[in-house]
Order: sequence, then structure tokens, then C-alpha cells
Amino acid sequence: MAVASSTYKRVLEGDQQPKEVLVKIERVTKKFDETVAVDDVSLTINKGEIFALLGGSGSGKSTLLRMLAGFERPTEGRIYLDGEDITDMPPYERPINMMFQSYALFPHMTVAENIAFGLKQDKMPKADIETRVAEMLKLVHMTQYAKRKPHQLSGGQRQRVALARSLAKSPKLLLLDEPMGALDKKLRSEMQLELVEIIERVGVTCVMVTHDQEEAMTMAQRIAIMHLGWIAQIGSPIDIYETPTSRLVCEFIGNVNLFEGQVVEDHEAHALIDSPDLERNIFVGHGVSTSVQDKSITYAIRPEKLLVTTEQPSFEYNWSRGTVHDIAYLGGHSVFHVQLPSGKIVQSFVANAERRGARPTWDDQVFVWWEDDSGVALRS
Amino acid sequence: MNISRSISRRMPKGRHVVIGIPFIWLFLFFLLPFIIVMKISFAEADVAIPPYTEIYTWAEGQLSIILNLGNYIFLTEDELYLAAYLGSLKMAFISTLICLLIGYPMAYAIARANKEMQTVYLLLVMMPTWTAILIRVYAWMGILSNNGILNGFLMSIGVISEPLQILNTNFAVYIGIVYSYLPFMILPLFANLVKHDHSLLEAASDLGSSTFNSFWKITVPLSKNGIIAGCMLVFIPAVGEFVIPELLGGPETLMIGKVLWQEFFNNRDWPVASALAVVMLALLIVPIILFNRNQAKEMEGRA
Repeated sequence: MAVASSTYKRVLEGDQQPKEVLVKIERVTKKFDETVAVDDVSLTINKGEIFALLGGSGSGKSTLLRMLAGFERPTEGRIYLDGEDITDMPPYERPINMMFQSYALFPHMTVAENIAFGLKQDKMPKADIETRVAEMLKLVHMTQYAKRKPHQLSGGQRQRVALARSLAKSPKLLLLDEPMGALDKKLRSEMQLELVEIIERVGVTCVMVTHDQEEAMTMAQRIAIMHLGWIAQIGSPIDIYETPTSRLVCEFIGNVNLFEGQVVEDHEAHALIDSPDLERNIFVGHGVSTSVQDKSITYAIRPEKLLVTTEQPSFEYNWSRGTVHDIAYLGGHSVFHVQLPSGKIVQSFVANAERRGARPTWDDQVFVWWEDDSGVALRS
Repeated sequence: MNISRSISRRMPKGRHVVIGIPFIWLFLFFLLPFIIVMKISFAEADVAIPPYTEIYTWAEGQLSIILNLGNYIFLTEDELYLAAYLGSLKMAFISTLICLLIGYPMAYAIARANKEMQTVYLLLVMMPTWTAILIRVYAWMGILSNNGILNGFLMSIGVISEPLQILNTNFAVYIGIVYSYLPFMILPLFANLVKHDHSLLEAASDLGSSTFNSFWKITVPLSKNGIIAGCMLVFIPAVGEFVIPELLGGPETLMIGKVLWQEFFNNRDWPVASALAVVMLALLIVPIILFNRNQAKEMEGRA
């Protein structure tokens, strides 16, 4: 836990050191026949960070990763590593190593031989290889399994070996392809933290691909959300969750309640949105600067920021009457599905802070409300 | 309940029947004939029908069995037999090696081709086996003979002025064996290579291995079982091959299948021929056991 919180802390505090760019992807496009897998993507990855490419299947995240590894050539655009153009460099010449989704451990070699494989390709002296392999085995706590074959290992152990193998050559950049994809759920959360710890101890820059937002948010310092080959948003987990720039991003990450509406009042310090789903207008604590012709806007509010109460709020905006339609008790919190007078059902997460508190139940009349700065106004 | 359970325990179960049928088949058509051959090998040649003596007699309430080891001793005395065995092993070994050298790249290429083409290529590999081997070997006689297609072609383009003597040489036998058994090399190799996980090669490449190096360090070791299976499927029948050396080979071709034929049909010495066959089987049992062990390991690895 300490590790994840340190990552989290660093994000909150913001890195004080100047950021040094390691990877620069410049207007990269990849087409397979007529299908565009990656569409004009530009991004930079800083030295020492863990960067996640997050997206559903077909979002182009894996293709982008494979272009970094060298297994695919971009149709257009360039990729730079440490200032050097590596676009046309074959994978075996790149100082980049990858941990494969299925781990791709060589089944006919022992754990130690697997880890030594990359070092042998560099014609490293035998004694040095042995030292390095021992070092790597220790790093991933697999020393006692050195003589085993991959099929004699559990999923988690295989992952450790795969990690050790990809770190053995001290790559400038480590690529992780769905690192937890082959593990069951419980092992997954354990390994996420351990993986981050090892990566940070080694200090390698890391790009990971995942479809699991929780995994991306736990492990990565910055996340790029990919959709249909382009990047929808890049930012820290907090940026992406709290200030999504598009409907797509806020729907992709976590749950969200969306209200379509028209901007009826737009000032520098506040704006009012009229939504047909709500009886009262939405008050936003900043200007939203819409165009003159199109006043339509979407207001997004996360379920944990939508509060449920039985007393009518005393303020003018940002609340609505409703009926409890359904409650899902999830232990740590409950999800209230509240039906508004317009028929729209909104979700609200209520933390179960008390063991058995008095709280609204099915078909109760309730009020949902939120703070002025709880939601985000989205124009796309 | 208890009674019905104990009855059902005694009754042959479905799987016993399923396993039993091939066992009975093998017993009737493999083990029994072999025991008969074995029996003949201990008899003495005789001018009779069948042309050998019985090894056991029943006289005055007494059973007497006479085992004649003379046939086996005879095999060691005449150098012809040893030479034939060695000749067969050499022929089979070299043919297997050539099959492997030709078959591996073919199997590899088929395994890497796209799915629709794979079926076409495999069909092309198997298609020749739809014609009887005898006819195909005769076709090779037509190709290789002095006034055959090959010599005619070479002379017409002026590479040679005199026809090359290919037919009735060991070279022709190699061509025949390699040609006939190539599919048996390609198919198990293909079956192995097509299962290979492509990400292993990507991983090797990612770790700095060139394509050539990855082939030797990853693909070849992982196809070991396919190589062994293919080699055994070529080597074992090639050792006992009779038709190809008989039709394509010449006087220099000394193979056990041919010698066996001569003992049976020309000399009508069934006991010596049987002894030859028994020794050949004993020789082949070593690679057959290796093959079976390899198959078992393959199955285990898959489970």
C-alpha cells in the first residue's frame, strides 16, 4: 500500500524536478490495409514515469505499444527514444524490452535460462550473466525457482519471471502489455502494487497497456485514454477522473450521471444550465463559454458526489426531488438508484459509515443534491 | 443398490470395450503373425508344404519341442546378412536426414502460410499418397531410366551428351525413399510447428535475438518432438523397405527387405527368412520405443 500511496502523493504534490522527455511519438498513424488502428497520435513520455495507455479493444493501444517495441512499423510519423529516431529500427536493436500479455516465457528453458536469454544475445561474459541473473531473481523473489521450467510455475510466478527477463537488459523503456491480464482478481491487486514497487526500485520508464481502469489508476502516473485510434485525453488519474474533457472519457472512467441541457446564463464567474431532466437549474461555479448558436451542454456528476437526503435543500439550484428506485448494498458503500420526476434514474454512492444507520429505503421520497463545483460541464 | 453396483463392477465397461477392440485387433493381426514367424524361425527348412519342420512333436504321450537356433547362427556366419542390415540402416538413416532437410523448411513454410493456403498445401503434400506406391515407383523408373524423361531433358538442353546411369543405383533408391516418405516427415512437423506461439519469437526478437538466431534457439528446440516423430515415421519403414530398392536399386543395393524376399521366394528357406525378420524387428524396437516414449511425453506436455 505504501507504494501506491507514494505514487498518489507524488501526483498530488506534482513533481518538482524538471521533466525529461524519453519517448516522443510524433504524429504516428498505423493502417492495416484500410483499417486505421492508430490515427495521428502524438505524445511524450517522461523519464522515470509509468505511463498507461487505457482503452477498450480496438482502441489502438496495443498497436501503439507494438510500434514502440518495433513489431509494427508506423504507416506515417516518427518515434524517438532519447532523441534518437527509432522508427525503422528492428525490435532486436532497440533498448526497449517488453513483458508480454501471455508472458511468452520460453517453455524449453528454465527460469534462469529465460532471464539469461537477452543477456546472451549481447555476448555478455558468462560470469556477468550469472551475476545479473541472480540479481534479477532476487529482485522478483524467485531465487529458489531458478531451475524450474515455466510450466511448473503458478501464474504470479510466471509474471515475475517475465518481468525479470524484460528488466535483465536494463532497458531504457519497459513495455507492459496487459500485465495483469492472465491473473485472477485477487492476485491482480497484489501484483499491481508489487510490480510498481519493482519498477520504481529499478527506476525504469514504463509504458503499459490495459483495458482495466482500476489497474491504470493504481499503477500509472499518467494515463492516455485511447478510443478508435486517437487519444481522448492524457492526464494524471485525478485529472482524468475529476476533470474529464469529454463525455467519452467520463463515461469510460468510472460511473457518471449525465444531464443534457442548454446554457441559459453564462458569466465569467458562473453559468446556469437548464436541463429537461431536472426541475431546478444547474449552477456551475465558472463560465462555460459556449458558442452563440449552440448552447447545448452536458453536465456530468460522479455518483459519489451526488448526495441523497430526506430533507429539502434550502438553496435554489443543484437539487432535485426523487424516489428511491433501487438500492444495491455493496458492503463498503451502497448504490442508490433514484428516479427523478422526469423519469431519469440517477446513481448515488452512499458510504456505509455507520453499521446500521437510519437511511432512506425503497420508494422513499428523497432529494438529491450536489455542490457547485462537484460536476463538470462538457461540450463534447 | 449394492448388488447392482457389484454387478456393474464385473460387467465390462464401455471404455474397456473401446480400448479392447484395438488390443484384440493388434493381437490378432500383429502379435499372432509375429509369433508364427518367430515359430518358423526356430524350425528347419524342409521339402514340404509348408516348407519347414514342426518345432514340437507329440509322440507316445510325450510333448517334445525342438528349438533350432541354427538359423540365427547362420545369419552371423554369412556376412551378406550383416551387410544387408547395415546397408538398410545406412540407407534409412541418410534418407531420413534428407527428408528432414527438405521437409522442415516445407513444414515451416506451410505452418507460417495463411489458414486457407495451409489446407491447399497440405492437400498437395498428401495427394501423391492417393496413388499406390508401386505405380509411383514405376513412374520414377520412367523418369530415371537411361532413355527416361530426366536423361532426355538433360541431353536436349545439352548438359550431358551420354545418358546418366541413375536407375538401378543407390542414388535412385534414395530418390525413391525420400520421395515416398516425405509426407510422413512433413505432416508431424507441420502439426508441431503450427502450434508454436508466435509471441515467443517476438519475445526473442525483443530480447535482442536476430531472426536466424531465434529460429535455432526457439523454433528448432520447440519442434524437437515433431522432428523425432517425423524421423521415426520415415526411418522405421525405410529400414524394411522392399519395393523401392527392388525396383529402383541395382546390384549394389543391399537392403534387408530385398534379402528377406530372396530367402522366402527364391531360396524357399522360410526359417532363415523368418529369423531375418525377427532380427530386423529386434533392431527396430529400439527406435520404436524411443518414438513411443517421445509421443507419451508430448501428450504429457500438452495435458
